[in-house]
Amino acid sequence: MSNLLRPKKFKSQARNRRISLGITYAVLVLMSIIWLIPLLWIILSAFRCDYQADGTFIGTVTSYFFPHHFGLKNFADLFSGTYYAVPNAFPRWMLNTLIIAVIDCVISTFLVLSVAYCMSKLRFKLRKPFMNASMIIGLFPGFMSMIAIYFLLKSIGLTGNPDHPEYSIIGLILAYSAGAGLGFQIAKGFFDVIPNALVESAKLDGCTNFKIFIRIILPLAKPIIIYQALMSFTGPWMDFIFAKVIIGPANPEYWTVSVGLYSMLFGTYADVNLFTQFAAGCVIVAIPIVTLFMFLQKYYVEGVTAGAVKG
Amino acid sequence: MAKKDKRKADRAGFFQKIRNGFSYFVKRFRDGSVGTKLSHLIFGAGNFYHKQYIKGAIFLLLQVAIILFMVLCPSINGTPYGYKALLNLPLKNVTKGGFDPATGAMTASSNCQLMILFGFVTIAVIFIYFILWHKSIESSYKADMDKKIGLKPTTFKEDVKALFDQKFHITMLTPTCIAALVFTVLPTIFMISLAFTTYNQQDMNEANTNLFAWNGIQNFRAVFTGEGSLGFEIKNRFLPVLGWTFIWAIFATFTCYFGGIILALLINKKGLKGKKIFRTVFIMTIAIPQFISLLAVRNLFGEYGPLNSLLMNLGWTSQPIGFLGQKPTDSELLAKIMVIIINMWVGIPYTMLMTSGILMNIPADLYEAARVDGASTTKMFFKITLPYVIFITTPYLISSFVGNINSFNTIFLLTGGGPAYQGYQAGGTDLLVTWLYKVTIDQGSYNTGAVIGIFTFVITATITLVTYRRSKAYNEEDTFQ
Repeated sequence: MSNLLRPKKFKSQARNRRISLGITYAVLVLMSIIWLIPLLWIILSAFRCDYQADGTFIGTVTSYFFPHHFGLKNFADLFSGTYYAVPNAFPRWMLNTLIIAVIDCVISTFLVLSVAYCMSKLRFKLRKPFMNASMIIGLFPGFMSMIAIYFLLKSIGLTGNPDHPEYSIIGLILAYSAGAGLGFQIAKGFFDVIPNALVESAKLDGCTNFKIFIRIILPLAKPIIIYQALMSFTGPWMDFIFAKVIIGPANPEYWTVSVGLYSMLFGTYADVNLFTQFAAGCVIVAIPIVTLFMFLQKYYVEGVTAGAVKG
Repeated sequence: MAKKDKRKADRAGFFQKIRNGFSYFVKRFRDGSVGTKLSHLIFGAGNFYHKQYIKGAIFLLLQVAIILFMVLCPSINGTPYGYKALLNLPLKNVTKGGFDPATGAMTASSNCQLMILFGFVTIAVIFIYFILWHKSIESSYKADMDKKIGLKPTTFKEDVKALFDQKFHITMLTPTCIAALVFTVLPTIFMISLAFTTYNQQDMNEANTNLFAWNGIQNFRAVFTGEGSLGFEIKNRFLPVLGWTFIWAIFATFTCYFGGIILALLINKKGLKGKKIFRTVFIMTIAIPQFISLLAVRNLFGEYGPLNSLLMNLGWTSQPIGFLGQKPTDSELLAKIMVIIINMWVGIPYTMLMTSGILMNIPADLYEAARVDGASTTKMFFKITLPYVIFITTPYLISSFVGNINSFNTIFLLTGGGPAYQGYQAGGTDLLVTWLYKVTIDQGSYNTGAVIGIFTFVITATITLVTYRRSKAYNEEDTFQ
């Protein structure tokens, strides 16, 4: 009897599985579409090249989703455009952000790795107090200190300096990277997994802690180095509010690209006709970051997963 | 009972520690060499005595520098450091600048923000002075002890070497400590102190925006009494904003969490092809800066955006729907629901990535055993998968709850806190953090903003400390390696 039933049961199981796979595909495709629509719309708006009947260009948000004509006018306008009395503002903002991102990336990654190594592999008196203090400090809303950092930087002339407005870039780098060392938890979690026996045996061979860090830990820590570098490099491109407060409304030529793009839509300089140029700017900013994420996906996922467990 | 005893023992241990520390200081002075005794007055004297010239010179230089800093009071923008900064801290001797008819010249006004800031820096310098004092005596005393047992005092070269070995943590942590002190701790203390002042640009006329005074806990009382320039606002809007912040944090955390787990299960389903493509799509939405994607969504849902015109063309509505509360007349409930839904768009891919790895690591024999026992797929999900994932990701759940309480971008970029309330800063969807932003950056009411910030800190700190200190991850941090 059981022999008779068996093939039938298998068949129905296989059919059930096919149906459930089919549903899964449908749900995933639908979700992917929902997730991509806003991005698609920004890209379409960036390439939109529509004119009104009287020949004026339509730069606003339109009620239709798909543009009627495509063109590169928005990109051309963006790169040659004068915004807030700054000629060629957009390339300047890109350059500012690139400089800030590169320096911040180097400093932040170094600080994070050094703290994480100490917390994970070295034992000293103030270790636990330091960890507790860094956690408590991290609980204060960043906006509280943001304004104080502005006053602080202003008092030493690193922002809003009438003689040297370019110093505000240094100020922003300091503001971004100074607190980085306190975000050591993910890297520490990674170092914790490196067996202590490895460190101990190196010590027996007469290695100093410095050499252990350079020769043993760092080569093993490639994934977490890449993760930290990716995070701190993309940070300045993603953030707009910190940059907005620290650099301040004056001297638009030293803004970062996100502050510049944001002010096209909001604030005293906002203009509804700049929407398509805003979209073009977004595409330009997003391309390098998305490419980086795609290439370093493996390391990013590794870091994120480590963060899940360590909190 | 046992807990009480432990606390008692802790307290006794604390006093014992202080007593021990004190007697150590006395012993060090009594038993130390002439150099060590001298070190109590002149830094590095003991090091010179032990012929550690470079080390002694460094200590001495630091002492001279700090004393000069305290006495000479270098000033920036007319506000002094040093002992004058300490005298300035009570904010009593402020001068209101302006045209002086007696001399016919313009005088500068005092800058109270800098007075407080520099006062704190000076206190920190004094603190550092005492640490150096202790270290200088300690280093000389250690050389004494070395000599006693027949060892030579360490040379400068050996000291530097130690900084790369036994004392490597000092080398590694110093940059972070300095940076964190200057750019995180000092600003936080400064902002907390503003909660006890009258620093509120709404109250001051334009000529002297930097003049203010201490006013005790009056700003905290305003939450109940409604006095002061923004007291009206903080009294009437504090509880609604706080309540919404909690509702938001709960919904935002759990929708993204369970949505992410479900998405991860779907993507990792056995036999599904194109896993990588689907995953890449969702990672892409993480990689796009939020100010881009959220502003795109805001415009999609906007009054003149494509969605509203689509709905109108379909005849489902006769006038644009205010999804995101951009006008005061828009529905507050709808805006709240919309931000929670759109936040799922932001948060789900992140949880998906995180739980994917964990799902793959669930021991397969758990499922095997369950299958043998005849468990259904749903049952296995609720009895194995979910408990396992929740167990592992509890720390993340806590930190994402706290993160959502402080979730600035989503609200600020989507609704800007709207729909606005007539006569108030805080709109219908404002969280404590976005309200804090509006009150400080837009209004310049730094004292009220600091009060809101302190409340936010108290809430997040309580949640974190209570849950985190009980968690395994914290208690067994040292053992698991």
